[in-house]
This record gives sequence, structure tokens and C-alpha cells, in this order.
Amino acid sequence: MDPRTESIVWIENLSKIFRVGFWGRQMTAVDSLSLDVRQGEVFGFLGPNGAGKTTTIKILMGLIYPTSGQARLFGRGVGDPVAKAKLGFLPESPYFYDYLTSREFLGFYGHLFGLQGKVLNTRIDALLELVGMTHARDLQLRKFSKGMLQRVGIAQALINDPELVVLDEPMSGLDPVGRKEVRDLILRLKESGKTILFSSHILHDAELLCDRVAMILKGRLVASGHVSELIDQGTTHSVELVIDHLSPDGLEHLRPLMEKVVVQGDRLLAVLRHPGDVGAALEIIRAAKATLISLTPHKSSLEDLFIRMVKGQQVDGGPRP
Amino acid sequence: MKVLSIALNTFRENLRDKLLYNLLIFALLMIGSSLLLMRLTLGEFHRLILDIGLGSINFFGVLIAIFVGIGLVSKEIEKKTIYTIISKPVARYQFLLGKYLGLSLTLLINTTIMAVGLLAVLYFQDVPIQIVLFEALGTIFLELMVVTAVALLFSTFTSATLSAIFTLAIFVIGHLTADLKMFGQKMEGVGRGILDGIYYFLPNLERFNLKGHVTHRLDVAGNDLVLIVAYGAVYITLLLLLASLIFQRRDFR
Repeated sequence: MDPRTESIVWIENLSKIFRVGFWGRQMTAVDSLSLDVRQGEVFGFLGPNGAGKTTTIKILMGLIYPTSGQARLFGRGVGDPVAKAKLGFLPESPYFYDYLTSREFLGFYGHLFGLQGKVLNTRIDALLELVGMTHARDLQLRKFSKGMLQRVGIAQALINDPELVVLDEPMSGLDPVGRKEVRDLILRLKESGKTILFSSHILHDAELLCDRVAMILKGRLVASGHVSELIDQGTTHSVELVIDHLSPDGLEHLRPLMEKVVVQGDRLLAVLRHPGDVGAALEIIRAAKATLISLTPHKSSLEDLFIRMVKGQQVDGGPRP
Repeated sequence: MKVLSIALNTFRENLRDKLLYNLLIFALLMIGSSLLLMRLTLGEFHRLILDIGLGSINFFGVLIAIFVGIGLVSKEIEKKTIYTIISKPVARYQFLLGKYLGLSLTLLINTTIMAVGLLAVLYFQDVPIQIVLFEALGTIFLELMVVTAVALLFSTFTSATLSAIFTLAIFVIGHLTADLKMFGQKMEGVGRGILDGIYYFLPNLERFNLKGHVTHRLDVAGNDLVLIVAYGAVYITLLLLLASLIFQRRDFR
């Protein structure tokens, strides 16, 4: 299999250098980035703000030209109309034609794909239903809340029934309910066989949704792979205990097992040094006749990995020119 | 089809723009005001109505072309609405062409409304209506299309505010190019070359001005009319080509 033509998204050695300010100072936004997104997967493109996620996505959408390297969609060059016809895109914090109503708005985008008449109307109704906006079909977009805009934005990205859906920061600025709705929607799209590429700096969302992720930092790829592989790499799990009424004696026994102990009045919060010591700790608590309030195993998350990566980069990388 | 959709969407955007209606109302008031001024004038009131009427149509048409026109592209970039269009199977030149045609349609309808206002005034004042008046209205519209193309060109690479200033400047200079050439002939060497260059490079908007013919009831030769239309068409085509070239190369950051 040739990944160049078989992958839905294929990026190799992609770089983008912007010239900023009066003197045209060079700023590298994307630096020798390589990655691919395969058929039917949910791919998370992660990194802090300003890492180069949006720039990469804009290159894929034909909005920005790369300085060097290659990007392909469906095995074709970026900007190829055939590739664009199979693409749906929701930009970051989108602004839309606010003088249009939802129906007019979706109708306009449908026309751009050559859809019209009954087919288009059926499609619009189905999409408004899908994103839960049927009640606002004849309302002008200027009257919409941010969450509503995001939803018609997603509907807009789906108007051509695309094979690849690219969402730039689809959850940013949404309340928890809105975020969950977007997550559910992404999962539904995946079920219907679509490939999804989305960027986010909220790692919790990515962990719940993605098959594979790529993390970038200052335009460079720092980690990529299946979420489960990345999380298991090197991060140990920890266990947190909350205990009431522990005698000073019991505390002395318990202390050697603990990495951290915080005493708040009659309550004690402790983190085990080794997760395997749970049995021993419980034995001590029972012997001391204390009350175990909670025992919480903390799985390591993408967030831990991410923070380690960012810190590592700051230590060995330092500021770049 | 794609160009048409974008044109119609632009037209719809213009129709929902309050600025447009304000300018239109002012224009109609100006045309109507000639009726008041007429009472202060002795004789020649036919000329006064035609002068003020055609002048208003031209002036407010240009204001609409510039202030609605600059928003065409730079606003789309500033508000990032262009992202969703360019990521669809729409070529960049198709986007520009659609925007241009949309605003041209708006201008056509506005010019027609203002012209109907003027014709009504003329009719009720028993001023004879001649063919040359329609020719003058046609060339005013052509001038508006040139100015719109200038505004479109500027808005492909600068902000809305700068586009407005530049376009306004080109509009003013465009009406003075004949004077520039005259100045140039009184100079020598480099100065003359520069002024000559500006004369040929910038649009000569005075070519589209047939108001004198209307007020003095002079006919325009058929040849002249063909030349004026050809000049406008060529100039618009070149401006749109240049705008497309610039637009094709730019990054939407």
C-alpha cells in the first residue's frame, strides 16, 4: 500500500514560514511535519495554542500555501476540486454570513456543490435535525449563540456528505453540554463511516474520541500513535486515598507507603508511592480502625503525557530563532 | 453556477445592508431637492434638474460602489467567512467574479431606482426626455463598474479602510487625468514621463461623463459610444485579471 495515495490525508515534511512585522522577520509556524490520516479513523491533532495546528489545517484546506514539503488529500494535491468535493471543513471560531437564516445559509453552501431543489431541501432538513437546530431554521445567524453557530457550522461542513470531515477546535468556547453534543456527533459521523480529523487543545476530548493522535509543539511533531499506546508509554498510574479518623500510630505505619500525605483536621489525603501497595495500605487502615472514605485509581492521561512533552521541550529546546 | 450562487449571495448581503438604503434615500432626496432649487433660479431650470439629478446618481452610485464594494472581499477575509468558501470546490477567481457580479447587480438596480426618480421629476416638470439621457445613465453605470473593479482589486490585498481611501483617491484622480496630461505637456524630461505614465495607467473616468451632452442636448456619435464601452470593458477585464492573480497567490492567515 502506498500511503501517498491510500491515506485520506498525507503530509510529508511540511513547513510553513511566515514573514511577520515591518522587517519581515521569519517565524516558523510548521516545521518538517509528517503525518497521515487513514480511512475511517478519528484522528486528533493536538497541541497548545499557537503550536501550528490551524496553520497545518489551513494548508490542507488550500487557504495557505506551504513553504516546503507536500500535503495530499485523497491522494490528490491540496486544492484539487475532486478532493475538495469530498471534504467538509469547520474553521476555528467560525464567523458566518450573519444576515442569512439557517436554511439560506445551508442552501448557499449546497449550491456551491451543485445541489439544488428537492435534494438540497431534504438534505438541509436532515442536517438541521442532526445538529438539533430545526427550531432555528428560519432565524438569522446574527441572533445565534456561540453553541448554535457551532452547530450550523458543523451542518455546513456536512452539506456535501463528505468522506473527510476536518474540524478546527470544534469544542472550544462551548459549555460542557455543548462539548458533549459535539463529541456525540463526531462519534455518529465515525459510525457512518466518515474519516474525521479534528484539532484540539482539550486533551480529555481527544482521549475519549480518537483512534490515533498527533501532538505538535512549536510546529514540530513530538508524539503520534494510538491513544492507548501513547498513554501506556512510561506513565505510571497512581492511587489516591481519603481516610477519616486515622490514629497518629496508624499514620506512622502508613507514611512509608505514601508519596504524599496531606492532613486536614480529622481527614487525611494520601497518594500511594506504588499502586501495588493498595492491599498493604488497606490492612493498616483496618488495623487502625480508621474509615476509608474513597480510593481513587488515577489513570495517566494524554494530559500528563502532554505536560511532560511541553516541559521536556522547554528544557532541551529553549527558544528557537 | 458557483459564480452565480456567490453573486446572488452577495446581492442578498447588499440588500440586507442598511448603508445601502441610507445612501439610496439621500440620493432620491438630492434628486427631489432640485425641485426646490428650481424655484430660486431664473430660467435654465431644465439644466439645473438634469445637472443635479445626474450628478447625484453618479456621486451616490460611487459611494455605494466604494463603501459596499470594499467590504466585498476584505470583510470576508477579516471575518474569516472566506475559509468555508475556499475549502469548497470553488476556485479563487470564481469567488472574486461572483462577488463582483453580485455588487454590479446591486449597482444596476440602484442606478435604475435613482434614474426612475430623475425621470419622474423630469416628467412632472415637462422637461423633454432625450435618448442622450439614457446614454449618460448607461455610461454612469459603466463608470461605477470600473470603480467597483478598482475597489475589488484593492480589497484583495489591503484592509477595508485602506481600500476605501485608495479607491476614493483613484476616483478623484481618474476625473483629473486630462489635467495631469496637460500639466505634463508643460514640463520636460522625467516629470513629463511620469505624468504621461499616470495618464495612461489610471482609468480616465471623464470618458464616461456625458452630462455635458445631456444638459446641452448634444448627441453622442455612435462610434464614440462604442469606444467608451470598449474602454470600460477592457479596463474592467484587466483589473479583474490583476485582482485574480493577486488573490490566487495570497495566504489567508
